[in-house]
Amino acid sequence: MNTATVQNNTRPNSGVNIWKTARVVLGFFNNNRLFTFGVLLLLALFLFGYIGEMTTSRKMADMGAAKLNLRPSAENLLGTDGLGRDMFTVMVIGIPNTFKIGFLAGAVGVLIGALMGLIAGFYKGYTDTIFSSFADVMLVIPTLAILITVSAYVRVVTVEIMAVIVGLLSWPLPARLIRSQTLSLRERLFVDVARLSGQNDFEIIIFQILPNLTAYLAASFVGAVSGGILASVGLEVLGLGPQNVPTIGRTLYYAFNYSALFKGMWWWWGPPLVTLAIIFTGLFMMSVSLDKYANPRLQGSTHN
Amino acid sequence: MRGLDLGYFIRRIGMFLLVIFVAASFNFMIPRLAPGNPIGAITSRMSNASAGIENGQAMFEAYRERFGLDDPLYIQYTKYMWNTLRLDFGESLSAYPAEVWDIIGPAIGWSISLIGVSVLITFVLGILIGALLAWKGTPGILKSLLSLTMIGGVLPYYLLAMLLLYFFAFTAHVLPMSGAVESGMARELSWPFIKSAFRHAILPASSIILTSLGGWALSMRGLMVNTIGEDYMLLAEAKGLRKSRILWRYAIRNAIPPQLMHLAIALGHVVSGAILVEIVFSYPGLGYQLYMSIVNSDYTVIQGITLILAVSVGLAVLIIDLVYPRLDPRVTYVAESSG
Repeated sequence: MNTATVQNNTRPNSGVNIWKTARVVLGFFNNNRLFTFGVLLLLALFLFGYIGEMTTSRKMADMGAAKLNLRPSAENLLGTDGLGRDMFTVMVIGIPNTFKIGFLAGAVGVLIGALMGLIAGFYKGYTDTIFSSFADVMLVIPTLAILITVSAYVRVVTVEIMAVIVGLLSWPLPARLIRSQTLSLRERLFVDVARLSGQNDFEIIIFQILPNLTAYLAASFVGAVSGGILASVGLEVLGLGPQNVPTIGRTLYYAFNYSALFKGMWWWWGPPLVTLAIIFTGLFMMSVSLDKYANPRLQGSTHN
Repeated sequence: MRGLDLGYFIRRIGMFLLVIFVAASFNFMIPRLAPGNPIGAITSRMSNASAGIENGQAMFEAYRERFGLDDPLYIQYTKYMWNTLRLDFGESLSAYPAEVWDIIGPAIGWSISLIGVSVLITFVLGILIGALLAWKGTPGILKSLLSLTMIGGVLPYYLLAMLLLYFFAFTAHVLPMSGAVESGMARELSWPFIKSAFRHAILPASSIILTSLGGWALSMRGLMVNTIGEDYMLLAEAKGLRKSRILWRYAIRNAIPPQLMHLAIALGHVVSGAILVEIVFSYPGLGYQLYMSIVNSDYTVIQGITLILAVSVGLAVLIIDLVYPRLDPRVTYVAESSG
């Protein structure tokens, strides 16, 4: 294999140096306080779920594990719901599950989207027309309606299946973004140089174009995670999510079906609501902050 | 039409037909990919409802024949597509012998008015707020007040809907909790009816508006920042034009068309969100009917609604795309447009 290395003109120092990398990463966090804050917010929530899980027994999330309708107390930190589940345990198990769905769905969506975007943008012509038309069509169709239909037929059993189904429908936006960037990147000089030095299409896409799309991939991923959680919680609230597994959405589903709102049981519907607000605030901060790197429109306006 | 050639027109119509084709194919495939079969679902639901079914096997066969499930797949598909093309969705399974249309028909009106009005309000407000946020002349206090609209964007549609329901309908009793009009009210064009419909629409519409406003304002701000950087803005200022004229005729006017394009892309999401809002408020639109038909395992209605949703969003996007060149003379589709 020809291993001629081509200097990538957007990253002149590609020598691997842990300290340098660490400094760059820390510098990024320091320069993007909003992003950092968003990450910390999500991290705090994740740790709450992760550490909290060790302090309690999963059994407490089963129906009838405790007395019904208890207010928060020292014994039941967040009280119990109308079916005798300890709310603290439900949240502690539900939060990682919700994260899992979001991240898995986001990963599936960005993976498919990036693949389609790269192929369409790189090969142009008919390939592009077919891929782009398909993406545009999928953008128009209201995803939730399809998701609801799918979930109505395939009574979703596990968190993973749920994540994959949601992820399979979230690729069009990443695909569009990656395609438009690939279209412009493939005309750059370093791609010509790479081709002249004997790299084939696959190598060019992976080693030349992909590294330059990092910001776009990151932004797409945050967007896809956000969309994935939004859609999956929506389905769960309708009772169409994974069965028998505590998730944030399912907790809300029970809270509404048992009229927690109207019984004044704020500890039943409050925690999932606050959790979702924190998750979406964190993701929103990250995406706004990444927009600076990934939104071509905003880049052109810095001279103003 | 200016800037609109036949090729583009045909391409856009083709795109629209493709949307319907893909949506219909999804509709055809999903039930057949699912484990079990639709008829098993129907009969098991029936046997759950009553103690048992007499002549279960005969009924099973009758249903199979009714839905043509004994034919090879491609014939089923062709038949299905032909029926879809004629917008014939068959009978409702749970409210037999009612036609699917009898259920969807009234729901469409409610959905269109709720979503249409909300989107219109959001769009106009979003443009104004975004424009003011980017404009240099806006007072600082107003700017920070306007940034508050971003908060709503953090909550999903359905959560804000639930909160509004709790505070305004349940706790404060100022607005109705569910439905589109007072129960038992006849559908007529009278003053009490309109008033009631309006009062019932306030909360669902607010949920849609408040949650999507921030996103619109943000993207409008981005467009405005770009427009303000253009040379013609500098020229307009140098000519000594009035500030308000520069803002409205030069900056906002030029930033609106791309924003309209965003609307075309985002419409599918808005409709998805509205489905959930309707369910929260038991608002008898398509979203609520979709939910009810899932609860009742009414698969023909589910399919009908999914298709209608896809077709109406596709149609709205088609219209936006076709009028777009008239609104934005910078865009012409006469030359080869590569996306």
